[in-house]
Amino acid sequence: MVDVALQGDAVETSAVAARAKALNRLRVADIVFRALTRAAAIGVLIILGGVIISLIDGSLPALRAFGLNFLVEERWNPVTEKFGALAPIYGTLVTSFIAMLIAVPVGLLIAVFLTELCPMWLRRPIGIAIELLAGIPSIIYGIWGLFVFAPFLQDTLQPFLIATFGNIPVLSTLFAGPPYGIGMLTAGLILAIMVLPFITSISRDVFDAVPPVLKEAAYGIGCTTWEVVRYVVLPYTRVGVIGGVMLGLGRALGETMAVTFVIGNAHKVSASLLAPGTTISATIANEFTEAVGDLYTSSLIALGLILFVITFIVLAIARYMLLRIERRIG
Amino acid sequence: MNRSLYAARRRRNGIMLSLSLAATLLGLGWLVVILSVLLWEGFSGLSLAVFTEMTPPPGADGGLLNPIFGSLILTVLAVLIGTPIGMLAGTYMAEYGRHDRLTSVVRFINDILLSAPSIVVGLFIYEVMVAPMGHFSGLAGAVALAVIVIPVVVRTTEDMLLLVPDQLREAAVSIGTPRAFVIAKVCYRAAKAGMITGVLLAIARISGETAPLLFTSLNNQFWSTNLNAPMSSLPVVIFQFALSPYKDWQKLAWTGALIITFTVLALSIAARALSASRKPS
Repeated sequence: MVDVALQGDAVETSAVAARAKALNRLRVADIVFRALTRAAAIGVLIILGGVIISLIDGSLPALRAFGLNFLVEERWNPVTEKFGALAPIYGTLVTSFIAMLIAVPVGLLIAVFLTELCPMWLRRPIGIAIELLAGIPSIIYGIWGLFVFAPFLQDTLQPFLIATFGNIPVLSTLFAGPPYGIGMLTAGLILAIMVLPFITSISRDVFDAVPPVLKEAAYGIGCTTWEVVRYVVLPYTRVGVIGGVMLGLGRALGETMAVTFVIGNAHKVSASLLAPGTTISATIANEFTEAVGDLYTSSLIALGLILFVITFIVLAIARYMLLRIERRIG
Repeated sequence: MNRSLYAARRRRNGIMLSLSLAATLLGLGWLVVILSVLLWEGFSGLSLAVFTEMTPPPGADGGLLNPIFGSLILTVLAVLIGTPIGMLAGTYMAEYGRHDRLTSVVRFINDILLSAPSIVVGLFIYEVMVAPMGHFSGLAGAVALAVIVIPVVVRTTEDMLLLVPDQLREAAVSIGTPRAFVIAKVCYRAAKAGMITGVLLAIARISGETAPLLFTSLNNQFWSTNLNAPMSSLPVVIFQFALSPYKDWQKLAWTGALIITFTVLALSIAARALSASRKPS
């Protein structure tokens, strides 16, 4: 463009120069803006890199002191400086498992209701209400769980479970001990409420994307609504639903505050779901500011690293699944 | 035989559909239960003193002025730091590098950061800011929140810019507008409502965040505007007060919880209303 402007011989030299200068300024502005946006995009990658590097760097002393033993050692003793991550890892997996066990069927059923049964005018309000559940900060779930939900479970569900399963061989170990109120079961139930909206909203979106022709064909040969959902909608959206479930699982694994309130922070691996336990995130939240000594701090950061690696893998699978269904639906 | 099969199918259909209705009622029920408990417990503690007095020592009267102020400062700073970076990155992904390798990598990583555990962000900022500086600070807290803001803003900015019709860009380019000006004067304007929605959602997300603040901005019992010192914030005060054995501290925690929840709900409803009113269909 600059060349064209300079060739025009009817234009006076000063005007040509001014024009060239203006065009040049615009071009520089464009280059600078492009570079800025590119730098910001790379910045996102740098954040992730920074998280990984700083976590590895911070956990080196602990990993050097305990090695891989750190993963399978149950003891967590700040006084003798012996640390092992088994109890928090166990607690994290158990609470998330309980949460998914409840949230997946309930979340999917709500999505079925919203896409197949609900009258049109009610869909948006109910959808928004369910999503508001996702918007409530986790500390609110925590304070509610501690003061309302845990005492409620202590008085109702937990004595019931103990009484019902107390004499059945395997289940009696799962529901052994006094009803504390707080504990792994309570934490799992609260996590279930928290991840429910994620599973619901993603499944609803992928259910909505099923081509109507497929459903109409199934109805046409006389399928019931449930059969349409079970044999047409679910197979078609399987990948997306798994993606949504994994996303919910990622949330459940990393959830901190709600769990910290109700888990009881006990570094113990106990078979009973009613016993207090701890999770990776709850341990960090409870102990980090009070940790004295490099090895203690470093062990907590190592826990953070483990949590990050687990959630990273889960979330990466979730995104990959969702990407696949996005491509198919287009 | 055939008739009984038919009846069984109908019965199964009825059971599953009733279950789905029950599941929905259960989900809505939780929302109602949580909000009503919050109103019940928090509303009675709500008074002018909450907004005008400092956090009290146990047993004394007081309010939540310093944590509310601290939360405002941290949130504003986090948005000021995080929004420009997020918007620029989103701009690159939707405009300059739409078909780049870099863009798809950034999108994938960004989506993971979007749901990464926030306590890990706290550890990260502790390692890079608090430990080298030697003390907890409000600034570190704000940066930790900014790290959470960035992925939210990147995502919405990219999505909203991709919704802008290409004809608008082509028209602007055809009259000789440089790319940067096409973006700033045309695309940003067309996508404004959506981008503001993203910022609102980001604010809603961070105003309840506790985990990343626990070991970055820590807490402060006193009025402090010093960003280089520990700073009080509403979520951390709720955490501390709720777990204390003192009744009046627990009461204040409920009141704080009420304030946060309704701020967050108001923000997300506002964001929804804004995006619904401008949704191109």
